[in-house]
Amino acid sequence: MRVLGLLVAVAAFAADDSFVLRNVTIHPVTSASIPNGTLVVTDGKIAAFGARVAAPKSAKVIDGKGQHVYPGLIDSASNIGMAEVSSVRETSDLVELGDFNPQLRAVVAINPSSDHIPVTRGNGITTSLIYPGGGIIGGQAALVHLDGWTWEEMAIERNVTMQMRMPTLTTGTFSSTFGAGRRPFAETKRRYEERLKLLSDFFEQARAYQRRKAAGGAGFVLDRRLDAMLPILEGKASLMIFAPRERAVKDALAFGAKENVKIVLAGVREAGAAVKEIAEKRIPVILGETLELPLEEDSPYDSAFTLPAELHKAGVTFAFGTFSVQFARNLPFQAANAVAFGLPYEEALRAVTINAAKIWGVDSRIGSIEAGKWADLILTDGDPLEARSQVKQMWIQGRPVSLETRHTKLYDQFGKRPN
Amino acid sequence: MDRRKFLRGFLLAPLAAFAAGEVTVIRNAKILTVTKGSFDGSILIRDGKIAEVGPTVTAPADARIIDAGGQYVMPGIIDCHSHIGTEAVNEGTVTVSSMTGIEDTVDPEAIGIYRALAGGVTTANILHGSANAIGGKNVVIKMRWGKGAPEILLEGATPGIKFALGENPKRRGGGDSGLGGRLRYPATRMGVEDVIREAFTDARAYKAAWDDYRTRAAKGERLIAPRRDLKLEPLVEVLEGKRHVHAHCYRADEILMLLRVADEFGFKIRTLQHVLEGYKVAKEIKEHGAGASTFSDWWSYKMEAFDAIPYNAALMHKKGVLVSLNSDDAEMMRHLNQEAAKTIRYGGLTDVEALALITINPARQLAIDNRVGSIEAGKDADLVIYDKHPLSNYAKVQKVFIDGEMYFDRDKDMSERAVKAARRRQLTEKQKAAAAPARPAGGGRRPQ
Repeated sequence: MRVLGLLVAVAAFAADDSFVLRNVTIHPVTSASIPNGTLVVTDGKIAAFGARVAAPKSAKVIDGKGQHVYPGLIDSASNIGMAEVSSVRETSDLVELGDFNPQLRAVVAINPSSDHIPVTRGNGITTSLIYPGGGIIGGQAALVHLDGWTWEEMAIERNVTMQMRMPTLTTGTFSSTFGAGRRPFAETKRRYEERLKLLSDFFEQARAYQRRKAAGGAGFVLDRRLDAMLPILEGKASLMIFAPRERAVKDALAFGAKENVKIVLAGVREAGAAVKEIAEKRIPVILGETLELPLEEDSPYDSAFTLPAELHKAGVTFAFGTFSVQFARNLPFQAANAVAFGLPYEEALRAVTINAAKIWGVDSRIGSIEAGKWADLILTDGDPLEARSQVKQMWIQGRPVSLETRHTKLYDQFGKRPN
Repeated sequence: MDRRKFLRGFLLAPLAAFAAGEVTVIRNAKILTVTKGSFDGSILIRDGKIAEVGPTVTAPADARIIDAGGQYVMPGIIDCHSHIGTEAVNEGTVTVSSMTGIEDTVDPEAIGIYRALAGGVTTANILHGSANAIGGKNVVIKMRWGKGAPEILLEGATPGIKFALGENPKRRGGGDSGLGGRLRYPATRMGVEDVIREAFTDARAYKAAWDDYRTRAAKGERLIAPRRDLKLEPLVEVLEGKRHVHAHCYRADEILMLLRVADEFGFKIRTLQHVLEGYKVAKEIKEHGAGASTFSDWWSYKMEAFDAIPYNAALMHKKGVLVSLNSDDAEMMRHLNQEAAKTIRYGGLTDVEALALITINPARQLAIDNRVGSIEAGKDADLVIYDKHPLSNYAKVQKVFIDGEMYFDRDKDMSERAVKAARRRQLTEKQKAAAAPARPAGGGRRPQ
């Protein structure tokens, strides 16, 4: 009671969930690391941090025992929560029918009870961009916290970007019956050109709709599909364009320029000569899995491993995405592998934290340890990008989040089976 | 000369052909022997074998010296489940395809072999696919890139055969069977057991017929030999313990089923492959004496992988099972060291236990541990130099030796890139000018 009297101002500020993390090395990402620091969380936000900070005395104190605190990691492309067992169709809501579905919202098909959510969290990932697949325009991607009773509670941005797949000149085919095959080039080229034309026509329709809507009048009829394109046309939202190969990257850049829309390149596996233009136009890139085979038989064996370093040297801003359900938890190792092959460590860490937050326009809320940002934090016994380290605790918006998963439960259960 | 031929010529040029009797010393290395501790020291290689290893070695004056510059040396990685270099993986039209063999499909020039080398892999168990309850025969290869098909086979390795349980072998019994609308028995796990039991019932009768013939022939009786059956011969070898069984499996029930069928027919399952629910029946696996070769963290890609846990390797190991980690994938094969590191996160294995999962343990599973799997005097000089500790995600392979010969050298690979790229451009132009049809790219991911 006496303490309360002394700390009126602070106590009013400090809610029940306030806590102080002491005796930790703080890695803010956007500023230098602080050994043996203290971090104060109030109302789900980072109130203060440093070597010496005053903490409200009412707050719960957690001794970090010489461990490390980092901002929670961000996966800039995944499908977790939208599919559970990828080969069982009934459990997957990833791919809708049709080529143009800008009105679809991934957020409503994210299962908050998916076993993939805690499993992914287990490796320090607190936020994920979850995108729908299929067709040319697949729908609206959502940026979500990996915690919440409902998708509404999980959502940071319900419509953070629009997923689009650049038509590609890919002759390779794959079927379960015949394995890898090839489509004739002439047929592939015709199909590619047809799809580019469809895309161009769709944008033309959307612009015509935009004009009709602006003109108003009695004859105007709402078209939900075209209406969903307006934020893109108005430059208020971005198109996340999947462009794996150099040609697709060039096509995407040309397309973005022609349509005068904001783009983010995604799933890029080679940039080639286009890297200069990407850098000059300051187009952000979401790099796909870096642990991939080279695209060509005679490419350098490490071409997928060195791509992040190549983009960094060219001055491109990028983040990492796993583009996966079951491998989403391997995001930190994907970043680490890029470091082995030339990417500076700080850049790898930025690519799974602050750079991702900046690309998605949420860096005032997440992506680093800074006063005023949400307390999306992980406590580790070492470098979170190394497989040998352990994530010990996690907080999302200051809430302690369980690191128990389907896997830890089965491990505990069967570890107890008598020999 | 087309682009591929040119690249083969370029890449296949041996890096360092060693004359017999030549001695090489790798000095100034942090040596991770896996079986005999870790220390700073040197390795003396003579005639392709490790002659001496220790803090100091006695090297002749004319020995070739490789200074590891304080970097790490570990035994070459062994992948107990791979399909690289195969032109065909599955003979899926029949339920029992034991008459087929992967040996007939191995391409020593497949780029996957060079890529595996660049990931520190020196030996791999190349298996038939999993479309059949009893599949084809496997081979164990060394990544002797640049050598011919006979030379890449690991001489003296015990022959083996692939079995498969669960979703894959029963897939052709229903739905889109991939057989043009026809269905193939079995459609259930019950049917999978039946196929294996039936095949070994036949094999046992076949063996009895031959045993009887040989006994009577040896006594001088004149009689006609039984008709040879190439499908049953490998199964008789299994019954006689001369051929290893490598069984693809996922669920605990099917694992137990196979162990019991094997017990009944009196043979051993050498390795359970994938064995994602092995942690549930580790006790029974240990009692039978089967090895378990699993993934680090793959799960949920199909229904039977939904109870897969990344703690599987560590848990089975703690329960006394001989465990290895494998890739089953041309890409994952390139960083099995990183996969091994995950067992420290998931299950708390020690560094040595983690490294054993990709070296000495798979060597024991394949019964080649007299040759490979650790850094010990008398073993083949199959060694990998990493710039950092191989269990760090920041480590990369610098040099790889097999039988004392250097088969991969990152410096050389890097220094040749500009020349190769220039030649590639030239040949591409030439190819365009000739309007030659596109060549299929190789080395893609395989389905499980």
